[in-house]
Amino acid sequence: MSPAARAHHRAAWLATGLLALALLLLAAGVGVGSTGLQSIWRALDDATARQIVLDIRLPRTLGAWLAGALLGLAGAVAQGLFRNPLADPFLLGSASGAALGVALALVLFGFSPLAASWLSALGLTGAAFFGSMAAVLLTLALARGVQHTLRLLLSGVIVGVVLGAIGSLVTLLAPETMPAMQAFMLGSTGFVGWPACGLMAAAFVACLAVAWTLSPVLDGLTLGEATARSLGLPLAPLRMALVGVLALATGAAVAQTGLIAFVGLAAPHLVRSAVKTTHGRLMVLSALTGGALLLAADILARAGIAPQELPVGVLTAVLGGGYLLWLMHRGRGQRGVA
Amino acid sequence: MSMPALQARTIHATLGGIEVLHGLDLDLPAGRWTSIVGPNGAGKSTLLRVLAGLLPHTGEVLLLGQPLAALGGRQRARQLAWLGQNEGSADELSAWDVAMLGRLPHQSWLAAPSAADHAAVEQALRATQAWDWRDRPLSQLSGGERQRVLLARALAVQAQVLLMDEPLANLDPPHQADWLQMVRCQVTAGKTVVSVLHEISLALHADDLVILSKGRLAWQGACADAATHRALEQVFDHRIAIHPLAGQWVALPR
Repeated sequence: MSPAARAHHRAAWLATGLLALALLLLAAGVGVGSTGLQSIWRALDDATARQIVLDIRLPRTLGAWLAGALLGLAGAVAQGLFRNPLADPFLLGSASGAALGVALALVLFGFSPLAASWLSALGLTGAAFFGSMAAVLLTLALARGVQHTLRLLLSGVIVGVVLGAIGSLVTLLAPETMPAMQAFMLGSTGFVGWPACGLMAAAFVACLAVAWTLSPVLDGLTLGEATARSLGLPLAPLRMALVGVLALATGAAVAQTGLIAFVGLAAPHLVRSAVKTTHGRLMVLSALTGGALLLAADILARAGIAPQELPVGVLTAVLGGGYLLWLMHRGRGQRGVA
Repeated sequence: MSMPALQARTIHATLGGIEVLHGLDLDLPAGRWTSIVGPNGAGKSTLLRVLAGLLPHTGEVLLLGQPLAALGGRQRARQLAWLGQNEGSADELSAWDVAMLGRLPHQSWLAAPSAADHAAVEQALRATQAWDWRDRPLSQLSGGERQRVLLARALAVQAQVLLMDEPLANLDPPHQADWLQMVRCQVTAGKTVVSVLHEISLALHADDLVILSKGRLAWQGACADAATHRALEQVFDHRIAIHPLAGQWVALPR
């Protein structure tokens, strides 16, 4: 077997394992909730129980996986694009842009923090999505395109800091929005219904297809820009397309679930610690890992101190951070996990 | 004489707002190995990047008779291979994957590597003695081993013209000797090799020497020519002297 085939083999096994894990977690997710496993047994003949399982738990569980997968994919794209292991999906200002969008929406339209009606959810979702997109566009404008990686990174930092400050100021001026803002900052899968699942699934399929198609660019870029260009890769348009993938994947996840920390940063590292492979496979595996990570965290968040719920962002930070720390120390002396 | 592999016409190039090359004209013969040498800051690497079409410049570069600027990216990439110095690290990719990247200009987008791609990669990895660790990621290789993988990547392109910037960095003497032999093989096979080398004694193994000084062409001539040696000594302010030793030329500090 050729070396490439051996690596592909390992990657395929890992993908199969992660998919199986996703199915297991999906089953577990459907069984977790305030009414417990009973709802599943009763779903066959009880309309309320069926509704709980099919319209609340299932979309929420699937949504958690999808949001995690989007963030994992975005993280892999960001780390490849910027050739930096510290890159995460929020690098181009998405998070602060989304937060500012939500803060403005809360203030301007007076969404009550307790209102979970579909209308307000849709309004906040749209505000978060457009906020994150606007932030990325602003970053691109400040960096005058994607040609200069360092300029793009710095512009992202600037946009992040400035929009973040404005968002905080808006919230400070309208203290009644603070609990809702905090909830958004910590992330939650609680409001994900079937429409949100559909949107995230569509974004995921589109982003993954484009990312897979463009993955040779990221492989070429590992050799440096000059070498990548010497290989005939038209870097500028391809980079722009990858930034588009990064922005769309991040925006879609953030809009539905808020700012979930660490999944996008940790997922690619977890994959790389298991298998060294080219970017196409790395991105697919990162998406699967991100999905499994966020879904596992979500189930724990719902079951851990039931009937209370922890914000899932707290758990992704603790779980992902802890695991990454363990990997880092286990792999001390190697350069696998940076 | 056959058509030059590379021709540069009144090249001006700037780095960070400072002009580094001042109207340089140069013809590099095909089927030979040319070494570009000169003091630090003479513009050696800049010239090589201009010749590879990697740096904005005024003037014209012709690759095998065709204007470089008019060639499509992939077409140029198939005819001209580039090996830079200290560029990317490609830590996560295996030596095999890295060498396979050299086949990108030959592959249609997303197509699986062909038998010819596999053969070219194997040949390149064997030529640089990197075949034994083809499975290992670059993060687990030493500096010299990495350099041999990167060299294999450039060889795998199987381009007519091969440009290398300080290709001997991190290589130990046996592998430097192997590199010299590899370049000889390429030239015997009709390829053109252009290298930037700061180590004069190694550069003198080439067929021809291009000596740059302060962004201008100071001398171009055969390495075996005594006039070339005098030009070298002059460019380096007579701080070195070229001596014959065991059938080779060596540059020693004076």
